[in-house]
Amino acid sequence: MTGNFPLKQNEKIIFSLRSLFDSYGYSMYKMSKFEEYDLYSKNKEFLVSDGVIAFTDTNGKLMALKPDVTLSIVKNTASSKEAIQKLYYNENVYRVSKSSRNFKEIMQIGLECIGKIDSFSVFEVLTLALKSLAEVSSRYVLDVSNLDILTETLDFLAIPKENRAEVLHCIGEKNLHRLTELCSQLNVEDKKTEVLRQLVLINGNPDNAFEKLNILLKGIVSENILKEFENIISSLDDRKSVKIDFSVVDDINYYNGIVFKGFIEGAPNSVLSGGCYDTLMKKMKRSDRAIGFAVYLDMLEYLNVLPEKYDVDAVITYDENTSLEFLKKTADALREKESVLLLNGEPVGIRYKKLIKIKNGEVSDIETNA
Amino acid sequence: MKQMLNVALPKGRLGEKVYDMFEKAGYPCPSIKEVNRKLIFENENCSVRYFWVKPSDVAIYVERGAADIGVAGKDILLEYEPDIYELLDLNIGKCNMAVAAKKDFRDDNSKTLRVATKFSNIAAGYYLSKGRDIDIIHLNGSIEIAPILGLSDVIVDIVETGTTLKENDLKVIKIIAPISARFIANKASYKFKFNEIEALVKNLAQQTTED
Repeated sequence: MTGNFPLKQNEKIIFSLRSLFDSYGYSMYKMSKFEEYDLYSKNKEFLVSDGVIAFTDTNGKLMALKPDVTLSIVKNTASSKEAIQKLYYNENVYRVSKSSRNFKEIMQIGLECIGKIDSFSVFEVLTLALKSLAEVSSRYVLDVSNLDILTETLDFLAIPKENRAEVLHCIGEKNLHRLTELCSQLNVEDKKTEVLRQLVLINGNPDNAFEKLNILLKGIVSENILKEFENIISSLDDRKSVKIDFSVVDDINYYNGIVFKGFIEGAPNSVLSGGCYDTLMKKMKRSDRAIGFAVYLDMLEYLNVLPEKYDVDAVITYDENTSLEFLKKTADALREKESVLLLNGEPVGIRYKKLIKIKNGEVSDIETNA
Repeated sequence: MKQMLNVALPKGRLGEKVYDMFEKAGYPCPSIKEVNRKLIFENENCSVRYFWVKPSDVAIYVERGAADIGVAGKDILLEYEPDIYELLDLNIGKCNMAVAAKKDFRDDNSKTLRVATKFSNIAAGYYLSKGRDIDIIHLNGSIEIAPILGLSDVIVDIVETGTTLKENDLKVIKIIAPISARFIANKASYKFKFNEIEALVKNLAQQTTED
């Protein structure tokens, strides 16, 4: 075909992300649609939504349609503390939609870096997250947080383990009024509560944020954690699109260190989510480290893409007296430049630029809509 | 230039009070005071657009990004758990989410407790934390009738002054959570309209402490 047949927005993004990941040497990881159910029942909280479509395989094993890709990649890659594996995937996952409470098929594209993770690997994954957002939209923000910093701050406040989930929930909502109330109920000194409040209030460009962080957390959070965080973020080329925001709080039972979420203008929620998940690796009896992210392609449907004005460029209608050869010749000639739909009746419900009617072996009428 | 802020306000007295606060904070829209059936009001000069929506729907408009910000009762936020930022307690529309029952009610732990409520999620969460086995009877209004007619043992509902309970021979057994109006924001809008939203939060916070 020689005509200009545009790809759908999602298809374009998938192609551009795949070539982006390829250009960084990440290799495509293709996997089966099914996974043993056991994997998910052991790591339920890691899944974004409750509910897994399960079925019994021919050998009697309980299987599931994948609700998540990361767990399968971790399970199926070899453990290595000396080497690093850089992989990307483009798969459908099956999750319960929060609004309809029904299962939905969601196309996901993402990458995982597993093995000997160092500052550079984290920097590279963040760079790729930023570049991925840039492929999707011209206005985007990457919110970056650090769970190690949060954890050490909560240690400083001596927040008991059983209350941490609620404290983190308040931080995730930027709900300072409840956070303050909760700290007071837990008998945290006002001065210490203020440190946490100030941490949650940080929201801005990395240069200002680190200036504040270094003063605020001196003696509270290990210097090397702060330094490494600052070093990675300030080395990013596109750091004007980064915001340090501690309200990005993924489950600390699975994630640790740097976590991030990407937003684009027009989509109501994050379109990209990722972070370091060494804690999950430990849970899966792995001693190596890992970091990755996923782009949620279903969120991109919110983007304002103008609907196509026409379904097809030209429609040819013909009758039974027209020869096959004449039809083929006429249609092929048009197809050099445009899309052509052949119909042996009226075009019902089709938006076209041009309608060519062929009767008794010759063109009898041409209507144009353009 | 200020970016247009889309605001979802809860229809009713609380919404009108909230509008006055927004007006004071530099987002007036005089057409909103006109008596008509319009639901959307815009003031281009001040870059603001207000919508009147059902109070229980505010969180949905904000979570889905149809509105950048809104004001919703904490009861709605606890019930639907929307993925939003809860930026401020406006300290108005104060009441309690409570368990109430007939005056002579005694909890019989050997039986499943029948709970009538509009707030199934809140009720389920509360009794789960207590390890109490319950049967939820979801009702959409006049919850107070349920224990009187023997439809339920207790109710979980909003209690403002307690007058309705008293008049129906019911009493509060336990307060689950204090409720008031909260200023909420869509997570993505917060990133892209940060300056406008933050300035508004600061101004509203000041008004809240002044009162």
